[in-house]
Amino acid sequence: MLLVLFCVVTLTFFLMRLAPGGPFDRERKVPKATEDQLLARFNLKGTPWELYRTYLGIRKNNSGKYSGLLQGDLQLSTKYRNRTVNELLAQTLPVTATLGALAFLVATTAGVSLGCWAAVKHHTSIDTGAMMGALFAISIPTFVTGPLLVLIFCLKLGWLPVGGWGSWQSLILPALTLAGPYVAYIARLMRTSMLEVLGQDFIRTARAKGLPELRIIYKHAVKIAILPVVSFLGPLAANLLTGSMVVELIFNIPGAGGFFVNSIQNRDGFLLCGVVIVYCTLLVALNLVVDVAYSWLDRRIKLYE
Amino acid sequence: MNDAGQMIPGSAQRLLSNRVAVCAIVVVAAAVMLAILGPLVMPASYQGLTRNQFAPPTLQHPFGTDLNGRDVLYRVLQGARISLMVGISGALISFFIGTAYGMVAGYLGGKWDAFMMRAVEILYSIPRLIIILIAINAFDSRLKDWLLSGSFAWLTGYSRIVILVLSLGLIEWLTMARIVRGQVLALKSQQFVAAARSLGQSHVKIIVRHLLPNLVGVVIIYLTLTIPAVIMDESFLSFLGLGIQPPQASWGALLSDGAQAINPIRSYWWLLVFPAAVMSGTLLALNFLGDALRDALDPREKR
Repeated sequence: MLLVLFCVVTLTFFLMRLAPGGPFDRERKVPKATEDQLLARFNLKGTPWELYRTYLGIRKNNSGKYSGLLQGDLQLSTKYRNRTVNELLAQTLPVTATLGALAFLVATTAGVSLGCWAAVKHHTSIDTGAMMGALFAISIPTFVTGPLLVLIFCLKLGWLPVGGWGSWQSLILPALTLAGPYVAYIARLMRTSMLEVLGQDFIRTARAKGLPELRIIYKHAVKIAILPVVSFLGPLAANLLTGSMVVELIFNIPGAGGFFVNSIQNRDGFLLCGVVIVYCTLLVALNLVVDVAYSWLDRRIKLYE
Repeated sequence: MNDAGQMIPGSAQRLLSNRVAVCAIVVVAAAVMLAILGPLVMPASYQGLTRNQFAPPTLQHPFGTDLNGRDVLYRVLQGARISLMVGISGALISFFIGTAYGMVAGYLGGKWDAFMMRAVEILYSIPRLIIILIAINAFDSRLKDWLLSGSFAWLTGYSRIVILVLSLGLIEWLTMARIVRGQVLALKSQQFVAAARSLGQSHVKIIVRHLLPNLVGVVIIYLTLTIPAVIMDESFLSFLGLGIQPPQASWGALLSDGAQAINPIRSYWWLLVFPAAVMSGTLLALNFLGDALRDALDPREKR
């Protein structure tokens, strides 16, 4: 997994170097001496290979120190001068993480319960209705649902704030918007696997024993049916992080997603790399947790069988 | 007999007896026809800029007009052309990559299979769209130069679309690869493959002549489901301002304009609602169609 992280960082770094235009290009041509000084200050002087090694922290930078990724230094942002990428990320990441975690929670709990409910009520209007709704939610992009929700709940009804960050009310709409399609996706996954499990012999045995229906569902069926959902959690996190960029834009949330688009347009390579590194680290860590959780759940099932 | 995804006789009837599926087919066909014919039939006065800014929907402009006085209906139809084209060609690229990758993994089996599928899993859980964004940004102007210098000069105006199609095709093949690999694993252990092998047929021939025809059903299902996914990705990129560039517009670009027109001071709702309705309707129809195809072709449902 660390290897993946390394590959992603390397790819981002060189792709950013490949992009045309430098971070200090303006309408007016900067004098050569000034540009040299700027490049030196931001550790951008040298061949791409040298820069890359400096960035990783295995080559001395212009001030003669090792200061790069290995030392936990993400360099200075070339757009927001005088501020380090570490600083910028430290300010914005908690916001993105809160939003993401909330959406994650909503997507999994709502998705799993909706899917279970639909499976239990198979062949009824609840089931068809829920699955139709799920397909709707999947087909509408978040940047449509977001503004529409704002139009309805903020501008027409005036119940919730339009955007921004700070109060808990301002969290509701962004989290719902972000989680919406994935609630639907997980509900579909959960329903399919739940239907499969409910048709199996051990459920019939449980029913024959006279266990109450609720107990059968919670204690026996869900535990197995949830496995496909668990293995989707890794991709879910990746999708939520990608999606949060748009949601932050719609609701004017001061998160790290905004940096992403900005830094591409401003040729702010270090900031971009920083965002990518942090995102990927989060995902890698989460995937490890999911892997462990999966094998743990899986083993318990084998024990029961 | 049909436990490995072959085309089941009567699947067409099964599909057509599904009312939702028929509706979906009609909607998709209508969207494609309108996208092709609409901009051709509409009078020229609808195509340019006018002074009639932000006109609400009327009979003359059923979807209203935008900031530059352009007819929104005309723009939506133009957007449909680009979005559908990107969706279909992107899905085709992902189909080639995914099918090839999945077949090789499934056919080789063992260690290779485990390794290749692990790679797919890893790719699933990194934010691919983000990496592709950076790549588009890095290669766009190079591609433009290359197109200008080569014999593809006529494509230059479309270089952004070309690179979008290529890159979206490059990221959406994972599901296809997974499904195809699963099918190949199941098929490969069947007797007709063993027979072909014992008759001394080459690996390539077995793959092309025996495995590929049996994959048609599954591949069609996932091709149908990949198109909306690619359209969605494209609109995501366009929304961020890193996809289709003006004056061309895809659905995503129109929605991006529309979303900005929703604000506390004055909301020009028609700029958002109509493109959103058309796009979501088409995606919904495609998703329904994919689901219905799966029901009709997937033998597991037949038990």
